[in-house]
Amino acid sequence: MNIIISNSSQNPIYEQIVTQIKTAIMKEELSAGDALPSIRLLAKEIQISVITTKRAYEELEREGFIETVPGKGSYVSGQNKDLIREKRLTSIEDKLAEVTTESKLLNLSLEELQSMLSLLYNEEN
Amino acid sequence: MDNIVEIKNLTKSYKDFTLDNLSFNVPRGSVMGFIGPNGSGKSTTIKLIMNLIKRNSGDINIFGLDNLKHNKEIKQKIGFVYDENYFYEELNILEMKNIIKPFYKSWNNNLFEKYIKEFELPKKNKIKTLSKGMKMKLSLALALCHNAELIIMDEPTSGLDPVFRSELLDILYNIIQDENVSIFFSTHITTDLEKIADYITFINKGKLVFSQTKDEIIDNYGLVRGSKDLLDNDTRGEFVSIKETGFGFEALTKDILRARQLFKGKGVIEKASLEDIMVYTVRGNV
Repeated sequence: MNIIISNSSQNPIYEQIVTQIKTAIMKEELSAGDALPSIRLLAKEIQISVITTKRAYEELEREGFIETVPGKGSYVSGQNKDLIREKRLTSIEDKLAEVTTESKLLNLSLEELQSMLSLLYNEEN
Repeated sequence: MDNIVEIKNLTKSYKDFTLDNLSFNVPRGSVMGFIGPNGSGKSTTIKLIMNLIKRNSGDINIFGLDNLKHNKEIKQKIGFVYDENYFYEELNILEMKNIIKPFYKSWNNNLFEKYIKEFELPKKNKIKTLSKGMKMKLSLALALCHNAELIIMDEPTSGLDPVFRSELLDILYNIIQDENVSIFFSTHITTDLEKIADYITFINKGKLVFSQTKDEIIDNYGLVRGSKDLLDNDTRGEFVSIKETGFGFEALTKDILRARQLFKGKGVIEKASLEDIMVYTVRGNV
C-alpha cells in the first residue's frame, strides 16, 4: 500500500490518509484482518506528527473501516467493500440529482441528458 | 492524556526583559515545538524548566513533581541537549562520556555504544575536532542513554545544514516510537517542526501567543493576497497583520474558512506555514 501526502493540498493531512486507506481497501490492496502499521511507525514513515496519524485512524475506526485492539494494533475490519460501495453509490446519486435539477433548469429533456451521459460513459471506457 | 510538564503562571524578570505569566502543558508521549523570535524568552523558559535559574513566581511540575523540590529525581529522567557546546574540548568522546555517566543511576552503556556506532562518531577524537553536526549527535547520544522520559532540546537545529536536520528528524522519529517519551524543543527553524511536532507553543516578547495542536494551527491560519481595494476598515479587522506593497497586500488570518467566504473569487487564499504565522504575528502591520 502506498500513502502519498501532499502538503499543498487543501485537504488536511489526516483526511488524505483516510481517503487513501479507504481506496486501498476498495482496490483490495488491503483485506479484512490485515494489520496496519502502528500510528507511531506510520508517522515516522510519512514524516508527519503522531497526532495526525492518530486522528486518521480514529476517523477510520469511527466509520467502521478498521478496528483497534489495545496493545496489539489496528486491523482492517470485515465487510468493508460493501460499505464503501454503498457510500460511493449514495454519492453518485447525490451528484446525479444535482445534474437532474440543473438539466431541468435548462429545459433539457431526459433523452438529451441520456445521450450526453452515454457519450461520456463510452468515452471514458 | 496526562501531562509530563505543567507550567503555571511562570514569571521571571530581568532588567530589560520579563517572561510574563507563562502557562502551558506538554502532554505525555507528544512532541512539542517551542517557537518564537530571538529574545522572546525560549531559552529563559527552558532554563527555568531545568532549574538552572531562579524564577520570580509560578509553578513548574515535571512528571507530576515540583521541579524545585524534586530537582534531582526529575533530572534522572530528563535528557537535555543544549544549543551551545558544554563539553571539555580537550577530552575525547569516551572520556567525556565517563564524566557524565556517573550522574545517572540508570545509564545504559550498550545503548551509548549503539548510538556512537549509528551516529558514526569517532570515539577517540578530541571533542574540539568534531564538526557542529557531530557535536550535536554526541549531545544527543549522551542525552539518550539513561532511559529519559523527557527530552528537552534548546535550538538543536540552529547552525546545522538541511541534510543533517533531516537526519536529526529521523533520529527523533525513532525516539518517539516509544510512546512514553516526550520531546520538547525550541527552535526558530520552523520547517523541521512542521513535520514532527504534535503541539506548537509560540511565545513573543515573554508572552504566550498560543499553545495548541499543530493541525489546528495549520488548518485554521491562512494567507490572503489580493489587490489593495479589498482592504477596508471591516476587512482589515479580519487579519492578524497586513503587509502592503505597491502591488497589493498579503495578510494573515486566523480563520481561513471565513476568509474564503469573505474574499470568495477575489484574491488568493492559501494555508499559512508556521513561518508565516511567526513573521506576521511578530512583525505587525507594514
